[in-house]
Amino acid sequence: MIRDQEILNILLDTIERFVRERLIPLEQEVAESDQIPESIVTEMKALGLFGLSIPEEYGGMGLSMEEEVLATMVIGHTSPAFRSLFATNNGIGSQGIVMDGTSEQKAHYLPQLASGDLIGSFALTEPDSGSDAASLRTQAVRDGNHYILNGTKRYITNAPEAGIFTVMARTDADKKGADGISAFIVERGTAGLTVGSIDKKMGQKGAHTADVIFDNCRVPVSQLIGGREGIGFKTAMKVLDKGRINIAALCVGVSERMLDDALHYALERKQFGKPIADFQLIQAMLADSKAELYAARSMVIDAARRRDAGQDVGTEAACAKLFASEACGRIADRAVQIFGGAGYLAEYGIERFYRDVRLFRIFEGTSQIQQLVIARNMIRAAS
Amino acid sequence: MKILVAIKRVLDYSVKVRVKTDHSDVDLANAKMSMNPFCEIAVEEAVRLKEAGVASEIIVVSIGSKAVQETIRSAMAMGADRGIWIDSGEAALSPLTIAQLLAKVVQAEQPSVVLLGKQAIDSDDNQTGQMLAALCDYPQATFASKVTIADSKATVVREVDGGLQTLQLALPLVVTTDLRLNEPRYVKLPDIMKAKKKPLDTQTPESLGVSLNNSVKMIKVEPPSERKAGIMVPDVDALINSLKNQAKVL
Repeated sequence: MIRDQEILNILLDTIERFVRERLIPLEQEVAESDQIPESIVTEMKALGLFGLSIPEEYGGMGLSMEEEVLATMVIGHTSPAFRSLFATNNGIGSQGIVMDGTSEQKAHYLPQLASGDLIGSFALTEPDSGSDAASLRTQAVRDGNHYILNGTKRYITNAPEAGIFTVMARTDADKKGADGISAFIVERGTAGLTVGSIDKKMGQKGAHTADVIFDNCRVPVSQLIGGREGIGFKTAMKVLDKGRINIAALCVGVSERMLDDALHYALERKQFGKPIADFQLIQAMLADSKAELYAARSMVIDAARRRDAGQDVGTEAACAKLFASEACGRIADRAVQIFGGAGYLAEYGIERFYRDVRLFRIFEGTSQIQQLVIARNMIRAAS
Repeated sequence: MKILVAIKRVLDYSVKVRVKTDHSDVDLANAKMSMNPFCEIAVEEAVRLKEAGVASEIIVVSIGSKAVQETIRSAMAMGADRGIWIDSGEAALSPLTIAQLLAKVVQAEQPSVVLLGKQAIDSDDNQTGQMLAALCDYPQATFASKVTIADSKATVVREVDGGLQTLQLALPLVVTTDLRLNEPRYVKLPDIMKAKKKPLDTQTPESLGVSLNNSVKMIKVEPPSERKAGIMVPDVDALINSLKNQAKVL
């Protein structure tokens, strides 16, 4: 944790410079090859990007939520695919262990996650269980000193790269909902675990998702997160609260980039003898985008500060994720509109962002799920 | 062996420079500031000399308002061991005054090597290193593109108009760094955390016994004139023709 403005400025400047000088020039190449070059992955690890949120005692930076969202916004100034590779280590791929892991689990896995030597992945979603996560069907049956896992996980980010998976599985078949679910750390290479082929996606090329299949996969009892059955779903939900604030911060960062690109294009592109930025209908799109971006940014920082202060931010995290991701979609649309015909061409890059950001309204809880979370919390508080 | 590196906080190289409406100076309000790129090369060289076992301690010094502390911390994140901030407030300082302040620090610290950027990208004076060497009566090697230190001697390759010049100098000395000396590293994020705990000493012109007599007065700042639109010519003949008859440069 930094808690020091000077040091925080240096951290953000350093990340910003790395993004500008090393990542932005590679955006097109990564999108075309669907692969982040190994050399740049090594640089990202050396810089320390994999350990932003892992506690300092385990070799990470232990950033507060507020510090982390500011870093995420800067990282959002380039293709989200770069962030995706280290985002699971800072978020859903490590936080289950950070929040509820036993001391042995923390000491063994967190230093490797912080350095990036190990990529962590989070396996919750299944073919028949997405938004209704508590209905998941992957089974974990106790057999002596092991659990036997059977089931399929879908759209698992970084599955092709991952060294460990945080897997949500049902340990108590009699309990239908959340209470029967436990969380396990499953290492790659465990017999019975296979990773499917890389999914073909609409955008975010370079970031990979795949199915993860468990077929009589024997996992030692010591891999049960926290050493207790039945707390896995609560672990997952806590992980997602934090993740939602971070996704909202990412939406802000990418929106800043798209709006900046659109503004510069509008200042340079001339029609009817003057820059199109001089036209009021273009100005309206720029101004609406700026206002929404400012609102989203303010929400993210407020939610982060509340979480740092120890408040329950279930509602605020859902509000920030809902608003920031929807605003990001509108800003992407306006940015393409400002670019006009050029906005539809791959070489200007803005259509790539337009496709990339479509995911933000879907993953880590769809906009509709955020609406349900917000409304349920409102109704519960009033009744 | 001790190395002293003097660094300056300037407008970030990626920022578009704006002139104040009254032409009194460059507009720095809310502008992004960072370490002068040549100073960064100087810090990097010091860190490499320490990593190679040549230097044992790196001290960075910077002059200015409280904000320069952040620049000093950046140098610490790169690998400097401690810092000295000379609090000169908002006063505009001429290169000679800066050299006088630095000379006092050299006197107190007795470094074997003083490293500076060859110039700062804000005013591009290219004077401080030379003046400092004169005030300290140290040999100087400016525009360094290679620095080797062995057997209490420094061998410095300099970039000069005609090519490269190699000098051998006795220690202690002043070296100013050119662009091709090295490529500064990206600071590792955990090292930024460590920089927070490194010692930073505060001095003032008064505590160093230097009076701020500014010998240089800035009269007016103007932006460069706007580039005029170019013309497209169909072929080489037309190009030569317009260079001869329109531009009249041939």
